[in-house]
Amino acid sequence: MMVNNSFRTCPDTGLKFFSSAENLIKANAVAGVVFLLIGGMFGLLVGLTRWQAVHLLGAEDFYMVLTAHGLNVLIFWMIFFEIAILYFCSSVLLGCRLATPRWAWVGFGLMVIGAVMNNVIVLQGNSSVMMTSYVPLEAHPLFYLSLILFAVGALIGSFVFFGTLVVAKAEKTYEGSVPLVTFGAITAAIIAVFTIVSGAIVLIPTLLWSVGLVGEIDVLAYRMIWWAFGHSSQQINVAAHVSVWYAIIAILFGAKPLSEKVSRTAFLMYILFLQLASVHHLLVDPGLSSNFKMFNTSYAMYLAVMASMVHGLTVPGSMEAAQRARGHNAGLFTWLRKAPWGNPAFSGMFISLVGFGFLGGITGVVMGAEQINILIHNTLYVPGHFHATVVLGSTLAFMALAYWLVPVLFRRELIWKGLAKWQPYVFGLGMTGVSLFLMGAGTLGVPRRHWDIGFAGTGGITHEFPAAAYTMLALNGMSVILAVAGGAAFCLIMVGTILFGKKLGNDEPMAEPCIVAPVTDEEYAANGGSAFAIPGTIVLALVFFVSFALYYFINWKYLAETWGIG
Amino acid sequence: MSDQDQGDDGDIPMMQKLLDNPFLLLFIGVASPAVLYLGWGLMEIVTIPAR
Ligand code: HEM
Ligand SMILES: [Cu+2]
Repeated sequence: MMVNNSFRTCPDTGLKFFSSAENLIKANAVAGVVFLLIGGMFGLLVGLTRWQAVHLLGAEDFYMVLTAHGLNVLIFWMIFFEIAILYFCSSVLLGCRLATPRWAWVGFGLMVIGAVMNNVIVLQGNSSVMMTSYVPLEAHPLFYLSLILFAVGALIGSFVFFGTLVVAKAEKTYEGSVPLVTFGAITAAIIAVFTIVSGAIVLIPTLLWSVGLVGEIDVLAYRMIWWAFGHSSQQINVAAHVSVWYAIIAILFGAKPLSEKVSRTAFLMYILFLQLASVHHLLVDPGLSSNFKMFNTSYAMYLAVMASMVHGLTVPGSMEAAQRARGHNAGLFTWLRKAPWGNPAFSGMFISLVGFGFLGGITGVVMGAEQINILIHNTLYVPGHFHATVVLGSTLAFMALAYWLVPVLFRRELIWKGLAKWQPYVFGLGMTGVSLFLMGAGTLGVPRRHWDIGFAGTGGITHEFPAAAYTMLALNGMSVILAVAGGAAFCLIMVGTILFGKKLGNDEPMAEPCIVAPVTDEEYAANGGSAFAIPGTIVLALVFFVSFALYYFINWKYLAETWGIG
Repeated sequence: MSDQDQGDDGDIPMMQKLLDNPFLLLFIGVASPAVLYLGWGLMEIVTIPAR
């Protein structure tokens, strides 16, 4: 096989882009954005249907569109973009060629075929089984096959990433340990391997069952193994977006992590514990013991949560230390006020950090506790929670990275900078609304995946939800419109930049510099030299802990009131 | 740490050796949930008494 070793040195960042890797990063990132656009539009239809006064779609279409929404955004958008991140963090950050680019293209091809085929099959209407495709609900065999093809493609991508690490080490393109951001990508890739293997274990027999070669699939075992895939895939997202946070503070502030050791250990805790929390999806499943449930969702999950809190502290902490070293040293929050709030790469990253921690993180711990989980199990609270994690957290972090990466990759100036400046705020606000109002409706008992909580045409069912539940769904519908406007703006800015952005000459740098020189040890020393001189971050962390504790105990109080005694 | 990638890694701490070895991490990251989640979970499901 011919090895293509040609590369260019980026005039803006000094990074080496090998052409083999560069084209793959472009292809995967663009494919991701396309599926985000498709999936986001389906999200709009879902939200407008659940807004009872609008109630856009009929029942059959609703479940079909909900299936398509979940798969396009959660699986296709996320994983395409993550493969782009893996190639960037290996080939570009380590400055070496990509291992076996041909295999990487095979993987990409399989992913595209799988994703397109899946959409075609789902939109034909007889595979409306939701992304979880719980047996004995049965989809068209090609539905399962398309997901398997996609997964095999992603697995190939993960191994190309590991292969590239080997190439970099053999060709000595870096010294000592890999950079922290690459280490975070390694974490994501490791979780990806477990995720995809679990997906294969569960989907291959299901495919055989759907064509009649296997008689029966055990329902409990299906759910258990499916969530090894479904939950772990969310943890690829978490590991990837945390790496993106570290990358963005390094790029925009020249920030060095407060402690490499602490941050790497936190990633190691992800590798060890994050995937075990899959059990939180089985908290009310019969047949599984409380030992199994509690060990995994309490003891193990809390260690993973702790790792997230470490990242949640060190990311703003490192940023604060760098800003203070560069002279923004006054008071508690000058470092934060003086941040580039008009740069979508920064604002997106910071909204992601806050949204993921406050909305996603706190509610996740509440839902993961077996006792209080029962308050909101299978209600709209669940999508409320994960739109805070995977949309406000991961998706917005990836958008933030794209604002920086796409111009650098394609050598074009970003277009519509004015719109880009606002986009993270519009999307962030819309999604915050979606998360909060879905949670609100869930707290009032509104089920998820439910076409009509008015039960029109069901005859017998007379349950009435409180009027406030309808208000929540209406407010959610309005937030959905805002979020989709923000999401669509992102997709248009990206596609527009790639097609029409002002082209830069070979050695011509961008109009505005896009990377900040690393803060030097002398600069840190001038600021007192202590990595712990981060009072602003400490205050933010205290606010976080107080909110966390309050909300946690409020839920226990709710639980206590659920069944009155006497 | 940068001056000791010569193969003579006598004084690199254990923990750093672990963190610098992606394939060992891959093994741990796949084996631990395979045992604690998949293995344990399946054990419980197959030992449910058949009524
Ligand atoms: C762009 C704007 C988006 C809007 C307006 C939106 C809205 C919604 C709504 C209203 C639901 C309905 C829940 C139900 O009835 O049970 C839903 C479900 C869901 N959303 Fe989104 N969403 C958006 C983006 C995303 C993104 C980016 C992701 C993932 C990265 C995502 C992942 C999901 C998943 C996995 C479900 C659950 C599907 C199921 O229950 O099978 N959404 N979304
Ligand atoms: Cu989960």
